[in-house]
Amino acid sequence: MAGTGDGSSDVQWCFSQVKGAIDDEVAEADVISTVEFNHSGELLATGDKGGRVVIFQQEPESKNQPQCRGEYNVYSTFQSHEPEFDYLKSLEIEEKINKIRWLPQKNAAQFLLSTNDKTIKLWKISERDKRPEGYNLKEEDGRYRDFNTVTTLRVPVFMPMDLMVEASPRRVFANAHTYHINSISVNSDCETYLSADDLRINLWNLEINDRSFNIVDIKPANMEELTEVITAAEFHPNQCNTFVYSSSKGTIRLCDMRAAALCDQHTKLFEEPEDPNNRSFFSEIISSISDVKFSHSGRYMMTRDYLSVKVWDLNMETRPVETYQVHDYLRSKLCSLYENDCIFDKFECCWNGNDSVVMTGSYNNFFRMFDRGYRQDVTLEASRENSKPRSVLKPRKVSTGGKRKKDEISVDCLDFNKKILHTAWHPLDNIIAVATTNNLYIFQEKLN
Amino acid sequence: MINTMECAADAQSLISISLMKIHNSRTQRGGIKLHKNLLVSYVLRNARQVYIKEKYAEIYRMQQYEEVMTVCNEIQELNPLDLDAEDAEDEEQARAACCGEEASLCGAACHRGAAQLAVHTRAAVSALPDCCPLEESSKEPEPCYYRSCCMETSPVSQCEQFSANSSAYCNKTTVLDLDTHVVTTVENGYLHQDCCCDALQCGQSAQSPAKKRKVEFGCCVSDVEEISDFAAARKRAKREDCSFFHPDYTDTSHISNLISIFGSGFSGLLSRQADVEQICSKQVLASLGAWTRAIVAF
Repeated sequence: MAGTGDGSSDVQWCFSQVKGAIDDEVAEADVISTVEFNHSGELLATGDKGGRVVIFQQEPESKNQPQCRGEYNVYSTFQSHEPEFDYLKSLEIEEKINKIRWLPQKNAAQFLLSTNDKTIKLWKISERDKRPEGYNLKEEDGRYRDFNTVTTLRVPVFMPMDLMVEASPRRVFANAHTYHINSISVNSDCETYLSADDLRINLWNLEINDRSFNIVDIKPANMEELTEVITAAEFHPNQCNTFVYSSSKGTIRLCDMRAAALCDQHTKLFEEPEDPNNRSFFSEIISSISDVKFSHSGRYMMTRDYLSVKVWDLNMETRPVETYQVHDYLRSKLCSLYENDCIFDKFECCWNGNDSVVMTGSYNNFFRMFDRGYRQDVTLEASRENSKPRSVLKPRKVSTGGKRKKDEISVDCLDFNKKILHTAWHPLDNIIAVATTNNLYIFQEKLN
Repeated sequence: MINTMECAADAQSLISISLMKIHNSRTQRGGIKLHKNLLVSYVLRNARQVYIKEKYAEIYRMQQYEEVMTVCNEIQELNPLDLDAEDAEDEEQARAACCGEEASLCGAACHRGAAQLAVHTRAAVSALPDCCPLEESSKEPEPCYYRSCCMETSPVSQCEQFSANSSAYCNKTTVLDLDTHVVTTVENGYLHQDCCCDALQCGQSAQSPAKKRKVEFGCCVSDVEEISDFAAARKRAKREDCSFFHPDYTDTSHISNLISIFGSGFSGLLSRQADVEQICSKQVLASLGAWTRAIVAF
């Protein structure tokens, strides 16, 4: 994995760190709502329901412990969004961070986009480890000196200081979305980005915050004719003119911005026919796509619906090239999952650095990895019980039949309140970040 | 085809749960979630399809039973009994009851057996047209409330009234709710509803077969009185949270009335001020066939 050319896929995962409160009672504001590595993997950002963003930075590798890659420690914390109130519609706008996307680094500072339901913000995260000292007209504390006391001139110099990380909002992109924003995606041109809500997709320039172009609009003339909504959208990693968006009907549309200003007409439509034998009351719900991600190569894309992960070849629209069942044992439990609202959970998915493995979350704090090359899959658990440093994670198994083997867990014993919706994979190394309800687990590949 | 494992009873509970979710979503923080409500409406639609399919099947079975009973009665005509007059009316009204295209109101859930169903039907339909003739013989004359358009039309099969050619008569559909005994007539898309609960009482003093039916109706009378008014049922549905936890919420007659509410789209649920007559005048029953799935969210 990760380009090492190993002959087998027997990667063993070790616990590295866990961030967050240990309390069993979870504060609503502490629920993690998004996780994202930056392009180098050095920084890891999380957003939560309270509108806060916490950024972790990887420590440089220690020469004393070459077996261990650097740990992630808190780098910066800031309040990105506050709750707002729309007086016209008498609606409260949640401060929950729906998505964070890093911009490619161009200079010393880091930039990221964070969004809640209505407003996107561009944040600059910069370091300050020096401060100027020796002003002629100001005291050290900032007060102006009495000019009459100035008798000599000196040149101010930069003196080292304790590292301070500042996060400042550089742009606020507001009032462009009537419906709830579900996705943002930075274009490979590093100048534009898209934001998608339930019915529309807008194209922005990162420098211009008072204007955006609407490039997709699926709102029907009569809202009573509404049959589907947009659930996710992403720019192609290499082609700056191409983006995809998924729908609640299980379809993915690929659009080319060169074809028309308004991309309502798709260039490609990816759709797999429904299996009539599996028809149930909840067919529409479980076929709704909750996440779509391009592979790093740009050749494939992956979609996540309630029960499965599908890998699509962009050159073939009729069906996915690979389908992985995440937790098919839930198919007989859909009615209960509908009653307790779990069926509406939106799971995300991610690729590893070389697109050979895909990962997604499940219930009971389980998460699943599917090796595309070796056709193997593994179920692992993020729990405090397995949180001894460098302890190897043991594969877990859910028993679906009548006989439950030792160490297997029965479907009825799964805790549906413990769900892993957000996962992220380091772009270069085998380091993964897995978010449970209010904790962030970091696992690393066991290095011999 | 929905998996046949889900029967009408499951469909009913799904409808209840879905309606509750939609209701609760109105007060959720962050506003109405369009995506979630759209998915819930799909479940609602699927459950309704199964629910109505089951009701159609019941009605069909009942109709078959009626035809069998009719044949039996014709045989019994060789024995002069007083059931003659009633049965002739029964046949006509049974046809009227089953003719309605918008069978959803007609198909209010009745979990009793088909036999009982047929008996209730016969009792209901016999009570209706007999309201007037029985009045004379009844010890306690009751005013006849039954005013179905069907009564005024020719005695030919009510199905013919569907034809666009029957311009001599207004375009009517008459549906009998077998549970609540509410007769609903859609005339050119306008809704008339009649409560025949009083008409039922007319039949109390009838002969022994009618008395037998009366006993079996005893359990339903309270329901009829409780849900005799379409407006009352709709207002009940409009009440705040507590109404949805009322044990009677899962009552099947509530369900059928709520289904007819949704015929006018979710604006029917969201709007608090709409008058019942306004909703009726929006071709509630006529649009039931075009089941709306969207949420008028913004």
